[in-house]
Amino acid sequence: MESTVLKIEDFSAGFDDHQVVHHINLAFEKNRITAIMGPSGCGKTTLIRCINRMHELVPNATYSGKILLDNENIYDTDPIIVRRKIGMVFQRPNPFPTMSIYDNVVAGYNLNGVRVSKGDKDRIVEESLQKGALWDEVKDFLHRKGTFLSGGQQQRLCIARALAMGPEILLLDEPTSALDPKATAHIEELVVELKNTVTIIQVTHNIPQAARISDFTAFIYLGDLVEFGTTEKLFTVPKDKRTEEYLTGKFG
Amino acid sequence: MKEKSLHKRILADRLFKGMVVVLSFVSVTPMFLILFFIIRNGISVIDWSFLVSLPKPMGESGGGISNALVGSVILMVIASLISLPLGILAGIYLSEYRKARFAYFSRLSLEILQGIPSIVIGIIAYVWIVVPMGSFSALSGGVALGMMMLPVIVMSTEETLKLIPDPLKEASLALGVPYPRTILKVILPAGLSGIVTGVLLGIARIAGETAPLLFTAFGSPFMGLNIFKPVNSLPLLVFNYATSPYPEWHTLAWGASFVLIVFILSLNIIAKLVTRRWKVQF
Repeated sequence: MESTVLKIEDFSAGFDDHQVVHHINLAFEKNRITAIMGPSGCGKTTLIRCINRMHELVPNATYSGKILLDNENIYDTDPIIVRRKIGMVFQRPNPFPTMSIYDNVVAGYNLNGVRVSKGDKDRIVEESLQKGALWDEVKDFLHRKGTFLSGGQQQRLCIARALAMGPEILLLDEPTSALDPKATAHIEELVVELKNTVTIIQVTHNIPQAARISDFTAFIYLGDLVEFGTTEKLFTVPKDKRTEEYLTGKFG
Repeated sequence: MKEKSLHKRILADRLFKGMVVVLSFVSVTPMFLILFFIIRNGISVIDWSFLVSLPKPMGESGGGISNALVGSVILMVIASLISLPLGILAGIYLSEYRKARFAYFSRLSLEILQGIPSIVIGIIAYVWIVVPMGSFSALSGGVALGMMMLPVIVMSTEETLKLIPDPLKEASLALGVPYPRTILKVILPAGLSGIVTGVLLGIARIAGETAPLLFTAFGSPFMGLNIFKPVNSLPLLVFNYATSPYPEWHTLAWGASFVLIVFILSLNIIAKLVTRRWKVQF
């Protein structure tokens, strides 16, 4: 039984008078991976940055429409609460450089001033790092700086950091674009495993990656949602000509 | 290419290189000459009693600079208490709102403030504080020095924070950390080494200032901890002793200069170490 957890309704966003994404309607299924795919500059990053209200942090950002999380408009909720429920991992790994691996994982609690007992923290760190498939590699030096890790490990640390907050949804903004193929494969495996615990929305301009890991795919071109459906259908029998051209490498 | 013109080029190349090296040597000689003179003339009077005793009246031998040391420390503390909170907050503002009209205006004002001659800043502190309060004071001297330190702190804070990559701020905000906490707990710690370096260089800059103190802290032969009374400071002591007609006092002035130079030099060295050791790798 599939259920919709997040719904985007007639949503537009941009900067000043330049609209980047136009009237998007999308629904995301619980515990599924949805890939948002499209050529660079098509607005896919802008769109997912709206889902956890990061877009509005840019001074001249504009937006309109609704995004419903569990039937509640996130634009009627405090952005701080929204961001705790909807975690995000960025293009480049960005662990906090002044913190140890341990502190990075519980940063969401520490920085927010949430009091958590030492025992609970230990448990959160171990669980999150295990979910992030990093525990075995770092369990012996949890108190070293996170920036000593390799790029792929840093990105998994960032995933663990987002998971530690227990989000309902995890947004991944081209999480492998700065990584080598081996680290990329590792992250992909991890993402597929994670869908058991969290709903995943991943932006990518890597077509094969979308095909490999996602259950649903949305194709965005020039700020319009061109096509949305199960990954299998969209890749095998695309309805729109533009989707077909993009998938066959005619543009993008 | 002809053999001859190639030869010419190599010659020109060598000539230029030689010139650059020689001129670099010339430019560092004043520093070494100054150090040499101060060490030669000053080191003979430096001992423990020089550092811990008060100046003696003319005619008695010995005497030290303890009141000037304490006074300098008081002035630097007052100047820091004024300029650090203001300067760091202003630096955060300037790096966060780079394009705001008011940011542009503040930056310009600070550049102008930095260019104002120190003697003028002294006069301002005199008019603002000494005249209304009716007495020269450590407080007025500290305010004058604080005004001189402010642009250094603001600019070093701004420059440091500007270098911190935006994704770091986003990482914190995306965890639902409110903006003020993000600045205080993520951005400031990441920029700590740069800010501390700026503070040390700011203190080094004001440690040797004399002009703004002439009609504010004024100088005093006594030990004083009261910030509403005149205090002595190292550069003031050097100024007063060096312009006196007594050779014994000249020696004391050399000794005080030596202490001052060592202090400023150490601050600079510590600042370099801080930058290197605490450097945050992004």
